[in-house]
Amino acid sequence: MKKLFPIFGALTAILLVYALCMALVPGRMSIFGIPLGEGAPTEQTMGDVQRIFYYHVPSAWTAFLLFFINFGASIYYLATRKSAADIVALVCAEVGVVFCTVVLITGPIWARPVWGIWWTWDMRLTSTLVLWLIYVSYLFLRRFSAGGQTPLLAAALAVLGALCVPFVYFSIWFFRTQHPQPVMGGGGSIDPRMMHALLINWLAFSCFAFLVCWSRYRLEKLQRDVDEAHALESLLDPRGSTR
Amino acid sequence: MSAPSGITRVTLLKDLRLEWRSKDAINSMLFFSLLVVVVFSFSFDPSAEESRQIAGGLIWVAFLFAAVVALNQTWAREIRNQVLDAYRVSPAPANSLFAAKVLGNFIFVTVLEALMTPLFVVFYRLRALGPVWQLLLVAGLGTWALVVNGTFFAAMSLRTRSREIMLPLLLFPISIPALLAMVQATTAILNGEGARFWIVLLATYDLVFTTVCLLLFETVLSAE
Repeated sequence: MKKLFPIFGALTAILLVYALCMALVPGRMSIFGIPLGEGAPTEQTMGDVQRIFYYHVPSAWTAFLLFFINFGASIYYLATRKSAADIVALVCAEVGVVFCTVVLITGPIWARPVWGIWWTWDMRLTSTLVLWLIYVSYLFLRRFSAGGQTPLLAAALAVLGALCVPFVYFSIWFFRTQHPQPVMGGGGSIDPRMMHALLINWLAFSCFAFLVCWSRYRLEKLQRDVDEAHALESLLDPRGSTR
Repeated sequence: MSAPSGITRVTLLKDLRLEWRSKDAINSMLFFSLLVVVVFSFSFDPSAEESRQIAGGLIWVAFLFAAVVALNQTWAREIRNQVLDAYRVSPAPANSLFAAKVLGNFIFVTVLEALMTPLFVVFYRLRALGPVWQLLLVAGLGTWALVVNGTFFAAMSLRTRSREIMLPLLLFPISIPALLAMVQATTAILNGEGARFWIVLLATYDLVFTTVCLLLFETVLSAE
């Protein structure tokens, strides 16, 4: 497994560069005569600002995916009490919060030139913000609770938090459909080249998230092993460890 | 071993008796929500028509903050003489204890609401345009939502450093949908509009979270 890590890292880096080109450079691309597909064209009304979409939306999907894994891992932990599941839940929540933060930052950067405002209490914005709050509180709990009970408490909170998500969406949906908000984009179909850039970016972001989670998982595992070894050492030889 | 309902009753009566003698929770909640009402009325200075629009939000925010004061004290009493540890090693079901605590807190917060609502009506010159019995329903369901989650998270934050800060950090994000439903339902009823959707949402929220809290409480109580 350890040997796979650098290979996967290199692949992710290549994929990220390719996705970046797809998102930012319009027109056909090729290296040494090999065609590599066509970059996303510039949007007609919004112009280049729209390109932030290729970072905003894949980050959101990745964050939701990670939160979902966090929910699954927490349930698995409650059922089996395997510490690996707990580490997966922790790692997914941490990386998910980072991606969710990216969503909440890139959104206003796009909204300011297009809508003319930084923020509106629109349904999607509000529910993403609430989701972010829930998982930040999860990380707070993990940080503030002491010792061996952290995994259980965190898993219980993760289950409650995930169950809260449908309520958040449903309530804010009803709350906001009563008060119409600026409609974005006009809907309709999306250019296939844009869709291509979007999906490639999502793949690249998911790989990147997986890579970060993997390395964070290894770090956390190592940290726990070291803590355990320290605890064992001080149990076996109380005087030696005090120095 | 006594029946679960017996344990619930005994614990509930003990809590009520303690509260009746000391009046710690109810006094601090009352004074706290009084302060919130006064501070809000200074910061907004609303007319009768405006206050009908904002009163739903003000009332529930005041009750939420006041409930946190009571919820923080829920378990503190059980720690002092290792009562909670004794409970944990006893064969009594954890959920009976949880039910007793939830019912106790529900009674405290309901008493608070009953005492504070007239004050709100007077200070903000409120007059409901919709049916008042619906307001009672919203109050009951909303209080239950706050108290179930609050008692659960208070038990959880018991295990953390700086537990008094931890409770609102955990409780508020999860309570956002319930809070939104309470505020919207109250505002709708005060303005004589329909609040059916919000009441159904609140009832579903109560049902789901009560069930999950009951399922998970034993885990949280016996977490080592």
